[in-house]
Amino acid sequence: AFFWLMSLLLSSLIWFIAVKASDPRDEPLQKGLLIFGVMFSVLLQEAFRFLYYKLLRKAIEGLVALSEDGCSPISIQQMAYVAGMGFGLMSGTFSMINLLADALGPGTVGIHGDSQLYFLTSAFMTMVLIFLHTFWGILFFHGCEHRCWWEITAVVIMHLAVSGSTFCNPLYMGSLVPSYLLMATAATWAYLLSGGSAQNLRRFLLCKF
Amino acid sequence: MITFMNNSDSEEEPCNERTSLMSAESPPVPSYQDGLPASEAGEAQAHRKRRTGGSRSPNNIADGDMSDSGVPVRESALENEEEELTLKYGAKHVIMLFVPVTLCMIVVVATIKSVRFYTEKNGQLIYTPFSEDTPSVGQRLLNSVLNTIIMISVIVVMTVFLVLLYKYRCYKFIHGWLILSSLMLLFLFTYIYLGEVLKTYNVAMDYPTLFLVIWNFGAVGMICIHWKGPLQLQQAYLIMISALMALVFIKYLPEWSAWVILGAISIYDLMAVLCPKGPLRMLVETAQERNEPIFPALIYSSAMMWTVGMAKPDTAARGPSRQTWDAAEDGRENHRSPSHTDSQMSETNSPVPTRPITSFEELEEEERGVKLGLGDFIFYSVLVGKAAATASGDWNTTLACFVAILIGLCLTLLLLAVFKKALPALPISITFGLVFYFSTDNLVRPFMDTLASHQLYI
Repeated sequence: AFFWLMSLLLSSLIWFIAVKASDPRDEPLQKGLLIFGVMFSVLLQEAFRFLYYKLLRKAIEGLVALSEDGCSPISIQQMAYVAGMGFGLMSGTFSMINLLADALGPGTVGIHGDSQLYFLTSAFMTMVLIFLHTFWGILFFHGCEHRCWWEITAVVIMHLAVSGSTFCNPLYMGSLVPSYLLMATAATWAYLLSGGSAQNLRRFLLCKF
Repeated sequence: MITFMNNSDSEEEPCNERTSLMSAESPPVPSYQDGLPASEAGEAQAHRKRRTGGSRSPNNIADGDMSDSGVPVRESALENEEEELTLKYGAKHVIMLFVPVTLCMIVVVATIKSVRFYTEKNGQLIYTPFSEDTPSVGQRLLNSVLNTIIMISVIVVMTVFLVLLYKYRCYKFIHGWLILSSLMLLFLFTYIYLGEVLKTYNVAMDYPTLFLVIWNFGAVGMICIHWKGPLQLQQAYLIMISALMALVFIKYLPEWSAWVILGAISIYDLMAVLCPKGPLRMLVETAQERNEPIFPALIYSSAMMWTVGMAKPDTAARGPSRQTWDAAEDGRENHRSPSHTDSQMSETNSPVPTRPITSFEELEEEERGVKLGLGDFIFYSVLVGKAAATASGDWNTTLACFVAILIGLCLTLLLLAVFKKALPALPISITFGLVFYFSTDNLVRPFMDTLASHQLYI
């Protein structure tokens, strides 16, 4: 969570500087700057995820060196899951919490002609992002562990795609549907990477062990 | 308000004592934070016992547990085990401190966001005499710096006074002072807090009920904090009085002064604990020399310490198994005895040499808690509360400060596990908190607001 926060800080610093340095009345420029800000932020988040991976790697090496039976009490996959979830929770909270606070107060959604489904779609979008961050965490760390660079690039491209799809808002078909499809893909991929299989799933669902 | 200004005299005293004790702990208790000489003494004793045990092993044929031949090998293996246990239980202690700090902050933020009283400006404390309602920025800055200087010097004087009293063994005076201040906190401030909360939610309460509630709350609080009581109740009371104190600070410190004071007090903390002549360091060292715990009303501790009498008899009969030890411990858990007073756990560190040491050490480690000064709680909550009160109604800033403080606390505890001596808990957390507050408020907020208005996600 802290690392996500740092990446957010840096990316907003860059955007802020860019905005202050430009003309505030030029609408397309502002929009362009915003898009640039979003993409840059995505790249920074992935960079910080990588830095976090490096830090955790060092920590695991330390734990292994100190432990009595040569393996650390927490595995890298567990760390990947927790890291992804931390990223996701922080990202989700930052997106949602002001909305939730405003939702408590009096008001009408979309009274000025905006979409009336604002709160609902925000909630769904946040949920899909939190899940996605968790799965991306697992995929990313797995890619770093086994040096599969294409897994890492796939994660980055997926993140860019999801963020880019939100530019279609308020045309919610263009953003929610692809995001959920991507989430399903990432979920199955992460599940398979963590050692799951169709058989495991069936046994779990039918409660046979 | 005049009444508050008059009362603030004695109200400030407790805050000063509390701020002065950071990450300090009762010395004989070989707990995780400070008290390094005590724990070192304990461990040195254990080492010595192990060494004698090790050197006896070639002669001791009947002893099946000593399979190691080389003494140095055994020692380094034990050191590694100790370090590993240190790290493992270090993580546990971090969590044990996260919970109370989070609870305190939640209470403060919830109160700030709902009860209007604590965000209204109704006068200032006499410790911050310069007003901030000046027209120019420079004048305002100057006033806040002057306020800070006065406040910090008051705190320094109070701390030095406390250390002198402690050094010259004026225990009765100190105890009287502490009792008076916690009386005021528990009764007066709770009364005001309850009054404001009831006003906010428009709930009527008659005076007899109020008297009953506050009397019970205060009396049980006094007993729990200064005498004996269930550990969790004591922790709850300490959290509540920290929150109340933090709320008072948030209300009565003017804006810029509060931020400058937070910065200055973390610098003061750093110096007071680490410099050889620092008052806090002298306090901790004197307490360690005399083998006494530091006053219970000023420290939050996360675990109980068992008294010696119960542990000793078992060492002889410990041959059979670890189970008897565990059962005895469990039996004792049902009769909780007071925490901070005389526990000479370091003396129990004389394990039977023929036994594997790790089990005993594990139990000991589990019982060692981490101790954090109440001043730390108060200033963390002041930072987060101020962020909640003044950050243009933005929750992101509050959240960012909260995460920053917790990460700072983690780092401090990590350093504690590495250095094993009393460390100041304020500097790292407050620095992170301040950096994140100002940067989130000015940089991240416009960015996130623009994103949210276009419903873009990053």
